[in-house]
Amino acid sequence: MSTLVGTGSLIRLALRLDRVRLPIWMLVTVGLVLATATSVADLYPDDASRKQIAATIGSNPAMSAIYGTVYDTSLGAVVMWRLAIVGALMVTLMSIMTVNRHTRQDEEAGRLELIGATVVGRHAPTTAALLVAGGANIVVALVISAGLAGQGLPVGGSFLAGFAFGALGIAFAAVAAAAAQLAENARTVTGIAALVLAVAFVLRLVGDASSVAWLSWISPIGWLQQTHAYAENRWWTLVLLLAVAVVFTGVAFALGSGRDHGAGLIRSRPGPPAASASLSGPFGLAWRLHRGSMIGWLAGFLVLGLMFGAIANSATDLVKDNPQMAEIVEQMGGQSVLIDAFMTAILGIIALVVSIYAVQATLRLRSEETAVRAEPVLATGVSRWRWAVSHLVFAAIGAAVMLVAAGAAMGLAYGISVNDIGGQFGNVMQAALVQLPATLVVAGIAMALFGLAPRYVIGSWAALTVFWLLGQLGPMLRVPQWLMDVSPFTHVPKLLSDVSAAPLVWLSVVAVALMAAGLAGFRRRDIG
Amino acid sequence: MTHAISVSGLVKTFGRTRALDGLDLTVSEGEVHGFLGPNGAGKSTTIRVLLGLLRADSGTTQLLGGDPWGQAAELHRRLAYVPGDVTLWPNLSGGEVIDLLGRLRGGLDPKRKAVLLERFELDPTKKGRTYSKGNRQKVALVAALSSDVELLVLDEPTSGFDPLMEAMFRESIEEEKERNRTVLLSSHILSEVEALCDRVSIIRNGRTVETGTLAQLRHLTRTSIQAELATTPTGLAELPGVHDLRARDGHVQFEVDTAEIDGALRHLTSFGVRSLTSQPPTLEELFLRHYEDDLK
Repeated sequence: MSTLVGTGSLIRLALRLDRVRLPIWMLVTVGLVLATATSVADLYPDDASRKQIAATIGSNPAMSAIYGTVYDTSLGAVVMWRLAIVGALMVTLMSIMTVNRHTRQDEEAGRLELIGATVVGRHAPTTAALLVAGGANIVVALVISAGLAGQGLPVGGSFLAGFAFGALGIAFAAVAAAAAQLAENARTVTGIAALVLAVAFVLRLVGDASSVAWLSWISPIGWLQQTHAYAENRWWTLVLLLAVAVVFTGVAFALGSGRDHGAGLIRSRPGPPAASASLSGPFGLAWRLHRGSMIGWLAGFLVLGLMFGAIANSATDLVKDNPQMAEIVEQMGGQSVLIDAFMTAILGIIALVVSIYAVQATLRLRSEETAVRAEPVLATGVSRWRWAVSHLVFAAIGAAVMLVAAGAAMGLAYGISVNDIGGQFGNVMQAALVQLPATLVVAGIAMALFGLAPRYVIGSWAALTVFWLLGQLGPMLRVPQWLMDVSPFTHVPKLLSDVSAAPLVWLSVVAVALMAAGLAGFRRRDIG
Repeated sequence: MTHAISVSGLVKTFGRTRALDGLDLTVSEGEVHGFLGPNGAGKSTTIRVLLGLLRADSGTTQLLGGDPWGQAAELHRRLAYVPGDVTLWPNLSGGEVIDLLGRLRGGLDPKRKAVLLERFELDPTKKGRTYSKGNRQKVALVAALSSDVELLVLDEPTSGFDPLMEAMFRESIEEEKERNRTVLLSSHILSEVEALCDRVSIIRNGRTVETGTLAQLRHLTRTSIQAELATTPTGLAELPGVHDLRARDGHVQFEVDTAEIDGALRHLTSFGVRSLTSQPPTLEELFLRHYEDDLK
C-alpha cells in the first residue's frame, strides 16, 4: 500500500489546520440538531398533536416538499422529520468543505506539491481528507445519538438517527473526494459537490410532493427519512448511504491513479489569444469573473421558483380545518392569508440563499486581494474606488436579478396553476422584491468588513448563519424580540396585502451606509 | 535632470516589524536603476509604497512628479508594473490578461505585443492556471513592455526565467533604454543588474546602504590581481591597500583597494611582469561585502 504512505502525518496536519473551524462547525451542528429536537418536543407534546401535524403534512404536497413526509407519529419520528434538513445541510457542507480544503484546494495552491515530493503516497491526501471528514462525522453522529437519547427518546432510534446523519456526511465526503479528482480548481469542486447535493435535495423534494415517490428513493437525502428512525428502525438504509461512500471513494481512487499532479479529468481548453472588446475595463473584468457563478445561481433560482410556484396552490387546501397547520405556517413567516404566508416563507428562504450569493460575490474582492490579483489591476489606471465598486455592483445587481428571477418563475408557475397569471404575477414579484433590502444589508456587512477589518471577512458568513438560525428556529425557541430584531430578515414585511415602506427604506439606508463605510475604509487601508 | 522617483526617509511598519526604516531612493528620468537587496530587505515594500498600495508611515515619496498615495490612479497610467509573484485569473487566457492590463493602463501597442510574444515564446491561448511561474511572469512582462508608458517598475521580473529568456529580457530592457524610458529593476540576479543598470541602490534592513553608478561603487572596493613575475617580489605586503596576498615563487595573487591600484602596479613592474590579469570587483563581491555582517 505504498500509495498510502504518509497518511498519518497528513491527518495530523489536517487536524492542526482545522483545529478551530472543524470543532466549531461540529458544535454548531450538534447544537442545532439538539435544539430543534427540544423545541419539537415542546411543540408537539402529545400523540394527538403529532397525529394532527402528520395528517396536515401528509395531505399537503407543499409542506411535504419542504420538510419531507412524517412517516410516524411517535415523538422521535416527528423530531427526526423536523431536523432532517438542518442536520443534512450541516453535515454535508462540513464534509464537502473539509475534503475539498485538504485535497484540490491544497493541490491548486501548490501546497500539495510540496508535500507530494516528500514521502507521501499518491492516494494519501485523499485518504487523509476522507478519514478526517469521516472521523468528524462519526463524532457528530455519536454526540447527536447520545444527545437525542439523553432527551428521553428511545436509544435504538436515537443511534439510528445520529448515524444516519453521520453516514450521509461520509457519503458526501466521498462525493467531494471524487469531485476533487475531476476538476482542476477548488471552486469547481465545491460547485460539483453542491450540485450533487442540490439534485439529491430536489429529488427528495419532488418525490415527497408528488406521486412519483420513487424519486425520494434515489436521493441520499431521501434515505435519511427512509431510515424510519423511532418507528421500524430500518438499519439497512445506513448500508445504502455507506455504499454511496464506498462507490465514490472507489471512483476518487481510480481517477486519482490515472491523472497527473495538478491536472483534473476536466481539462481546461485553450482560450482566445486576445481579449474581446468587452474585456476592457474593471467592470468588464468583474463581469468575466462573476459571470459563471451568476449564471449557475440564476438557473438554480429559476428551477426553485418554478417548483415552489407550481406547488404553492396546494398550501391553500388546508386552511379551513387545520388550526395547527396555520400556526406552523405563521411561525414560518406570515400571519393571515395562508398562501401569502407560504409564498413569503419560501421567498424568505430564497432570500437567504440569495444572500449567500451576495456575500460570496462581495468577498470576491477579498479573495482577489489575497491571491495578489488585485495588485496588478490597482497598479494600472484603475482607482481603488472603481475596482471595489466593479465587484460590489455584481453582488448587488446579481442579488436583485436572482430575486426577480425566482419571483418571476414562482409567479408564473403559480399563476398558471390557478389560471390567473395577470393577477398573481405582480403579487409574487412584489413579495420577492421586498426581500432585496435585507439581502443587501448582508452584502453590506461583507463590504464593511472587507473595507474596515479585512482579516475578519469570515464574520459575514457568521452573521448570515445567525440570521438564518434566527429565522428558522427563533420563533420556535421563543427567542426574545430584541434578538430577533438583529436579523434584517425579521424586518421584511410578512404580508403582501400590507407592505409598509418604512422598514424597506431604512433597511436600504443601512445597506448603503454599510457599503459606503466599507468603500471609505478600503480607500484608506494597505492592500494585501 | 528631473527625477522619476524620489524617496527620502521612508518608514513603513507592519505591527512591530519595521519593514522600511528611513529608506532613500532616487531614480533619474531615462535611467535603468538597479534595486538590490536580499530577501526581506524591503524591496517589494518600497515598490508597493511607490505604487500607492501601501501607505507610508513617514518620509516623502514622489513618483513622476506626483504623490503616489493621493494620485495613484492618475500616475499609474504613466507606468507599468510587473509584480515579483504573478498570479493570473485561472479562467482567463494569457492573451486576454495582456490586453486587459494594457487597456487598464490606457492602451497597448499590438505590434510590440506580437513581437514580444514571439520573442518570449509565449502561447497566449493558455489559461491562467496552466502557466508555469516563468510563463506567468512573461504574461505580466509582455503586458508591461507593450504599454506606452514612461516608467517600468519591475520587481524581480526574471526569477522564473531560463538563461535564454533571461537574454531576451536583457534585449528588451536595452530597447526600453533606447526609447528613453525609466526602469526601476528590483533584482538579486547581479549579473543582470550589472549588464543593464546605469545606477544601483543597495538596501538592507529597510535602509539604503549604497547608491551610485557601478563605477562609483567599484571605486569603493577592491580589484583582484594575478601576475607572473620574472623574480620573486618583495615588499608587496607592506604596500598600502594590498590584501590577501598569496605568493609562490614568481606567482602572486592579491586584492588591492581600487584607489591604490596605481602604486601596486608600479611596484609589480619592478620585478619584471610576464603576465597580468586584473579583475574588477563583481557586483556580487560588492553585494556580499555589504552583507558580511549578516553572514557572520
